[in-house]
Amino acid sequence: MSDSSQALATHELRHHFEDMEQQRDASSMGMWVFLITEIMFFGGMFMAYLLYRYEYFVAWQEGSQHMNFWIGTINTAVLICSSLTMVLAVLAIQQGRRRLTSVMLAATVCFAIAFMVLKGMEYHEHWLAHEFPGSAFHFAGIDPRHVEMFFVLYFVMTGFHALHVLIGIGLVSSMLYMNERGHFSADYHNPIENVGLYWHFVDLVWIYLYPLLYLIGHHHVG
Amino acid sequence: MEKIISAKVYFTVWAALMCLTVTTAAVSYVDLGQFSIVVALLIASIKGSLVVLFFMHVKYLNVKTTLLVILAGFFWLAILLLMTMTDYITRAWS
Repeated sequence: MSDSSQALATHELRHHFEDMEQQRDASSMGMWVFLITEIMFFGGMFMAYLLYRYEYFVAWQEGSQHMNFWIGTINTAVLICSSLTMVLAVLAIQQGRRRLTSVMLAATVCFAIAFMVLKGMEYHEHWLAHEFPGSAFHFAGIDPRHVEMFFVLYFVMTGFHALHVLIGIGLVSSMLYMNERGHFSADYHNPIENVGLYWHFVDLVWIYLYPLLYLIGHHHVG
Repeated sequence: MEKIISAKVYFTVWAALMCLTVTTAAVSYVDLGQFSIVVALLIASIKGSLVVLFFMHVKYLNVKTTLLVILAGFFWLAILLLMTMTDYITRAWS
């Protein structure tokens, strides 16, 4: 241990906490309060989706048929794998295995980048097919106006989710950097745990987006 | 003390999540009519519960206040979704 990491160790416990356990519990509760605001944020969009699906059922079925089923399914699997590597990174640092922690964090970033690349390909496809809402929007089937609304919700929901993935890439990368600098140990790793909570939340949102957007009208083409 | 869960548990949960993803994707090829959304959301909720309970460590929480915060959050979401839909669905009855 160098002098600098020794100095870090004394600052791990903030003065207003009794002990490390209390500090850890408080930090995880704080993270959950933040995640609740995130649930409300996405909840509003899910609410809009449900209501418009109820009102414009046919348009929603049609819109869903124009999703790329395979990219959506592969991306679901990619995010589940990234959740596994994230939770293994938390486990590794709990056991004080810094090297393994870095490897797992790096794997999580790789999966997240793979997700973004696939998502970008999908957006590009929709753009070329004139499925991006706006003046260039074109849909040949019935009720194109409400199919356009489906695509508005699709782009807003997956867009905000993708923004969260991008933020997640930044957060996990910074954890990787800090871990390489020796900031974390078996005794102190709250930041990694909280980034883990955030990352699993991003996975959780996608777990609901996937069936609602990709699977609802899929059987008509399959 | 902080509870350390073995990697075996995480790998098992991961395998279950992958199986459920394949299941929900396969079921989407079958036309279940109105029930397709019910089945899809049921499977999504099982997957979501696995993520929250095991990956997010809610099953192993040692502070009950945190659990209260989490439940309050989901309860609020239920109010948003259920009450709004109850309103819209019953409007035609008047």
